[in-house]
Order: sequence, then C-alpha cells, then structure tokens
Amino acid sequence: MRINKSALVMILYIVFLLLPIYWLLNMSLKTNQEILSTFSLWPNELTFDNYKVIFTDPSWYGGYINSIIYVVLNTIISLSVAIPAAYAFSRYSFMGDKHLFFWLLTNRMAPPAVFALPFFQLYSSVGLFDTHIAVALAHTLFNVPLAVWILEGFMRGVPKEIDETAYIDGYSFFAFFRKIFMPLIAPGIGVAAFFCFMFSWVELLLSRTLTSVDAKSIAATMTRTASASGLDWGVLSAAGILTIIPGALVIYFVRNHIAKGFALGRV
Amino acid sequence: MKKTPNQKAWFMVLPVLILVSFSAIIPLMTVVNYSVQDTFGNNEFFWVGLEWFEEILHSERIHDALGRQVLFTVIILCIEVPLGIFVALHMPKKNGLWASLCLVLVALPLLIPWNVVGTIWQIFGRIDIGLLGYTLNQLGIDYNYTQNTYDAWFTIIIMDVWHWTSLVVLLSYAGLRSIPDAYYQAAKIDQASRWSIFRYIELPKMKGVLLIAILLRFMDSFMIYTEPFVVTGGGPGNATTFLSIDLVKMAIGQFDLGPAAAFSLIYFLVILLVSWVFYTVMVNMDKENGS
Repeated sequence: MRINKSALVMILYIVFLLLPIYWLLNMSLKTNQEILSTFSLWPNELTFDNYKVIFTDPSWYGGYINSIIYVVLNTIISLSVAIPAAYAFSRYSFMGDKHLFFWLLTNRMAPPAVFALPFFQLYSSVGLFDTHIAVALAHTLFNVPLAVWILEGFMRGVPKEIDETAYIDGYSFFAFFRKIFMPLIAPGIGVAAFFCFMFSWVELLLSRTLTSVDAKSIAATMTRTASASGLDWGVLSAAGILTIIPGALVIYFVRNHIAKGFALGRV
Repeated sequence: MKKTPNQKAWFMVLPVLILVSFSAIIPLMTVVNYSVQDTFGNNEFFWVGLEWFEEILHSERIHDALGRQVLFTVIILCIEVPLGIFVALHMPKKNGLWASLCLVLVALPLLIPWNVVGTIWQIFGRIDIGLLGYTLNQLGIDYNYTQNTYDAWFTIIIMDVWHWTSLVVLLSYAGLRSIPDAYYQAAKIDQASRWSIFRYIELPKMKGVLLIAILLRFMDSFMIYTEPFVVTGGGPGNATTFLSIDLVKMAIGQFDLGPAAAFSLIYFLVILLVSWVFYTVMVNMDKENGS
C-alpha cells in the first residue's frame, strides 16, 4: 500500500513536470495555422516544417553553432584552470586559502545583471565584442568557481595515501597527476565538465549582451525573434525543443551525480 | 583529512586567480568607478561621492523592486522547500529502472535553458493557445497573465516551482540515501511513528543538504532575470519587475550608469551578506560532522 502511495506521488509530480514540455513539443509539431485556429491536445496535421525552417535558415542553425562553440570553449578554459586549483585546495593549506575559496564562491553568487554592462564595455574596449571567446570568458565568472568547488569535492574523496605511495614509488608530480590521479577523479571531471557545459548553455543575459551578429547565441536568437517578428509559435517551440535535447541526452549518464553538481560538490 | 602546509600551492591557484580577476575584479572595479562619478557625455567624468548611493537608497522605484524581489523569494522558498522534501520522501529507495527513470525525469527541468523555460510557460499560460490558460478560462476562471498582476505572479511562481523544486528534491534525496538502513530498523523496533522517524532521523540527516538547497535557491531566485523577462517582460506595468530586470532596464535601457552602478553594488552586497551567513553556518556544520 505504501509503495503504491509513493508511486502515485512520483507519477503526479512527473506529470506536472512533463506537461509543459509536452505542450511545447505539441506546438512544435503543428502548423501556425493550426496553433491559432484550433485548440487540440495533439497535432491533427503532423508537420515537421518548423524543424525544417530551423535546419535550413542560417540565422537559426547558426545560433546553435555559435552557442556550442562558446560553450565548449568555456568548458575547456574552466576545467584547465580549475583542475590544478582544486587539487591545491584539496591537498594543501596555504596563506589565505579559506578566504580565496569563499571569494571564488562569491562570484557564483554575483548577479549576472551586475556584470552585463561592465562586460560589454570591457570586451568592446579590447576588441572582443561579438566573438565567441568573449562569451566564453564572461561565463568563466560563474563556471570556474563551480568547477573548482565540484572538483574539490571529488578530490577530497581520494585518500592522500595514494599521493604519498606514488611518490615513494618514484613517480614525478606530473606523472602521478596524469597517470594515477586523473583516472581516479575522471567521474569528477566528467561531472564538472557537464555542469560547465550546462550553465553556459542555459545562460541568456550575458551571451545576449556580448553578441550581436557573428556570435549570436541560440538563446538570443529565440528572445529576439519572439519580440521582433512576433508570433511564429511553431518555429519558436521547435527551437526550444532542440535546446532541450543536449541536456536530455546526457542526463542519464550523470543521474547519480546531478545532486552533487548542483550543490557545488557539497553532498 | 589533514592538509599539508605548502605555500607553493599558490602557483596552482594562480591561473584561476588571474582568470577570475579578469572576469570579475576588473568589471567590478568599473562598477565602483561609475558609482561615484557623473558624466555629461564625451567621456568626461567628475566625482560625485556617495550621491548615487543616496539616490538609490531613497528611490521609490528600487524600494518597490526590492519588495517584490523579497516577496517572490520568500514565496518560492516556502513552496519549493516543503514540496521538495515531500517528493524526495516518496522517491523510490531501491536502485533499479524505476529509480533511474524518476531521477532522470525529475532532473529534466533543471537542464532546460532558462529562456526556454520562459518560452514554455509563455506558451503554456496563454489563453488562446496554452493548455494552462485555456483550461483555466474554460473552467470559468478569468486568467490572463499579460494583463492581470495576480495572474502574472501566479504564472511566474508556478514556473519557478516547476523549474527548481527538482533541485530541492535531488539534494534531499541525496541526503536521505546516506541514512543507513539500521537507523530505520532501530526506529521500527522502537515503534516510532512516521512523523518521529522524519523528525528525528531523516530531518537531521538532511539538514546539511537542505541548507545548501536553501542557499542556492535564495541566491538564484534573488538574481532571477531570464524567465520573468521572457514570460512577462516585467509587466503588466512593473508588477513582475524584479531587481535584475530593473537593473538591466536602468543600465542598458536608459544608460543611467551612475545610479545603475550604485544599485549594482548594493544589490551584490545584499546577496553576499545573506550568502556569507549561510556559508558560515555550513562550514561550522561541516566541522561538527568532521570531528
């Protein structure tokens, strides 16, 4: 009886979560005419035209490509600086380490709205406005602290005796790091990469402020289309569905680490 | 774990320090710079001291936005935290297909781009083409989020609950999973009621993760921008203009650099202060558990 009640609660909650997503999917498979003329729970004339528009119009699919470029750049930059730093935080105590650790977190707490205008001016003045690297660098503001915190959480779980044994066995620091330590924390690196990817992918305000044409992100494309030419609901829905797919594809692999990632490695 | 004192570790932290300095300290100093100066254009600035701060602290517009922001954050915390705990208690305890499926589906909203979350609810709530808006109106409830303040709030809040309750669920679930079975068996022998199991076994074990969940939800809801911007654009009127939306309007829309900068700093400090309190409690709790 108890199991049934639990299942019922879960099913109700999941239906609540999936209903709006289903509705978006439903919209994306209808023609605009059908969307506006009849109200139906499923598409009567199933059409993939909305998706066809996105895959053939450069201003749409370009948005995805731009987003993916800066997201990947950001993930690489964030991880390559965060891995050594996280190792230092997890293994050594040094002057100001606790303050530095908290200061990093404060950047995760900074409202992007505070930084939008200064970023715009900073990157304009160094000639990086409307480039992928500008958005990638701007997103390090919250992704580097995130990556450091997540990786530190994973690295703390690796006993220090492993480091010491490796040194006794004659490994140099870099050989130890590459051959022994990295494989041990590979899941942690995967999770950190996933979250850098995710938070860069979902962010709108900074990517919209820092790009105009050449590096315009899909999020910016979507909001601008919605406000300008107005009400092409079908294409807008299809674009939305396509942005959900990357997350939905990898979610299965990180399912046991999602809580840890969102909690900055503190679970 | 005892850490080795090693000042050379600074070199490993240095890349992070340089990068974050570039993407955080330089912009922040720009903000500080604007906050104490005024301009007549032509890039000529002159010192005005704390004038902008005074103006912001006495500004009706900011007070209203702050009020709405606090109200919003309190409401969503009051809904999301209990609801999240409740759902987490009903998550399947055994590993298996059903548990994996629940985890994946529950986590799904967290991974949707924020502007798409906005788009989803913008469509879902519309009275002509949205399931929610259409159904409510068919039921005889006069619902229209683009015109009615309360409906706009209702939409934004239910959207945030939809989007972020799963975070509380996942964190609480992670906390619950760390409770050994022996605890439940002992409770069974003592014939503890469901409530006392929750109160004396589950809640204390969830305390740490719940604190993080509340901290994260506070932080993120306090700087919410994208979702309400897409759904209501801050309207009707100014009804859903939260702090971030107001700040962007002021800084990029009207280009009032001085006031916007002063506003930014106060805004950031408020978040920092609350987060610091949470962080201190968190660290102290870690220490208690560690020793």
